[in-house]
Amino acid sequence: MAPTLVDLVRKNFGNAVLGSHSHVGDQTVLVQREKLLEIMAFLRDDSAMAFDVLVDVTAADYSTYPEGERAAVSPVDANHPSGLTSDTLPRFEVVYHLLSMSKKQRLRVKVAVSQDDLHVPSLCGLWIAANWGERETFDMLGILFDNHPDLRRILTYDEFVGHPLRKDFPLRGYQPLVEQPTLAGYKDNETFR
Amino acid sequence: MSANLPTAIPGNSAAKISTGGHKLTAERQGDLMVINMGPSHPATHGTVKFVLTLDGEMVEDLDVHIGYLHRGFEKMSEQGTWQQVLPYTDRLNYVSPLLNNVGYVLAIEKLMGVQCTPRAGWIRMIISEVARIVDHFTALAAGALELGGFAPFLFGLEARETLYPLIEELTGARLTTSYTRIGGLKDDLPDDYEKHLMAGIDKALWCLDKMGGLLTKNRIFYDRMIGTGPLSQEDAISSGCTGVMLRSTGVDWDLRKHQPYLYYDQVDFDVIIGHQGDNYDRFLCRIEEIHQSVSIIKQCFAKLPAGPINVGDWRVTLPPKHAVYNSIEGMIAHFKLVIDGHQVPAGEAYQATEGGNGELGFYVVSQGNGRPFRIHVRAPCFYAMGIVKKMIVGHLLSDIVPTFDALNMIGGEVDR
Repeated sequence: MAPTLVDLVRKNFGNAVLGSHSHVGDQTVLVQREKLLEIMAFLRDDSAMAFDVLVDVTAADYSTYPEGERAAVSPVDANHPSGLTSDTLPRFEVVYHLLSMSKKQRLRVKVAVSQDDLHVPSLCGLWIAANWGERETFDMLGILFDNHPDLRRILTYDEFVGHPLRKDFPLRGYQPLVEQPTLAGYKDNETFR
Repeated sequence: MSANLPTAIPGNSAAKISTGGHKLTAERQGDLMVINMGPSHPATHGTVKFVLTLDGEMVEDLDVHIGYLHRGFEKMSEQGTWQQVLPYTDRLNYVSPLLNNVGYVLAIEKLMGVQCTPRAGWIRMIISEVARIVDHFTALAAGALELGGFAPFLFGLEARETLYPLIEELTGARLTTSYTRIGGLKDDLPDDYEKHLMAGIDKALWCLDKMGGLLTKNRIFYDRMIGTGPLSQEDAISSGCTGVMLRSTGVDWDLRKHQPYLYYDQVDFDVIIGHQGDNYDRFLCRIEEIHQSVSIIKQCFAKLPAGPINVGDWRVTLPPKHAVYNSIEGMIAHFKLVIDGHQVPAGEAYQATEGGNGELGFYVVSQGNGRPFRIHVRAPCFYAMGIVKKMIVGHLLSDIVPTFDALNMIGGEVDR
């Protein structure tokens, strides 16, 4: 049998891969954050991979996921040198969906991120799509993408408090009142006071 | 009125102006001007704001503000059962809700390992293509209107108004269709639906001919569209553009053809590609895709098998009413499904479908019970909007309108 995508990533990056699965046909690798940029560059440029499209960037908050069940989503290899298991994975997972148009294949790459250290390297240098995808992920879940050129909120407004897609974000409540955003100099204009 | 508005930014640098492909260079005479275009500008129909820095008529810098229609779709989805999310999907791309319905249930079925019945699959293809036709008509008509063509707009809306009652006949609603169900459909096709639909499509095609006749070789329209909103292949691929945006640059990629789902591998159609990635190419691609969709619909009706529309498993689709009222098993199954929801095994899945504007993907995570843990929508317009800045900067202010129309941004989908 030909080696799968996951096998190829494992062969090239060894222990940087925490775990993998091919649930319902979606090939998925869970990788270590330190190696993310290197792996993504490999996935884009390697001729056997040729993932030319970053289809989507998002993240999920697993803080309320049923205990002991996380292996169904993010299996970690037994006896991985990092000492992590599925149940001790950090709270957040950033999820990248990749597509190769020439090879007609897809791959999901995930990185686990902890509450105390929300930093993930930005992929803006590899794909333009990462810019808005990462902005949305920052806005909705508060993941901080290092070296992102323009990490602002995108779906909510700049003064919004909190990150709505975190599981501890309340369903009801109020946001603080903010001054109407204006054009530069607009505020100081007597006519429009 | 104060002279301070719009605000002036001092500066004096050489600037490049491009007009429909002709590059001009001019020394800037005055100051830069910052101006808001939208969110209530008539041409920003999806509610979006462009903060423009203008040098005369040339756009020096552009910041796209989206989110005016953000309703927290993904957060709301985590509150109900899997089936209760379906009506929310109508409100994503509200021009082609049937496509969203199909995309969503396909993702859940993938995660559950359920295969819909052949008849349901073929009907899903028919309604997908009807929705795509409506989507393209809306894009073409609104685009023409915003460039000053009122007659083509009326022809486009006439076509849409012929198709909406047919969607209503099928689903009971013009827009909030909620037609699909996990494991099947709400209902089978009404009697004589093929006859009604094909008559409606014939009329829509007549409108398309009229609309195309008014626009395709119209000098004014041509000048506004040709060469404006240029997008290179590399940028289109790197920015995650899909659908018409990608195909207009000459990339041969259509999920229905290259990663087929449902029964798209059994129908014959062409992938329409442009050659220079400008607004005019996108306009022509949309017109031709309508013809291809009509061809797909005809083939679907020819191949439509008889049989049930729902899978027989009562853990997936609701039991028939006579079983609910007359048997304890039927009643239990009904209540389990309505109150507890579908028991989707723990795991994650991503299902991509070809939406009206490109790849519409649903990423779903289940915690192994009746409620979604996380649902994320990969909206085609969202990533297409991310490249608008690059398409506009260095070009004229008036190019924004055709570019934005050819992109067909739908606020409900971008902002979710």
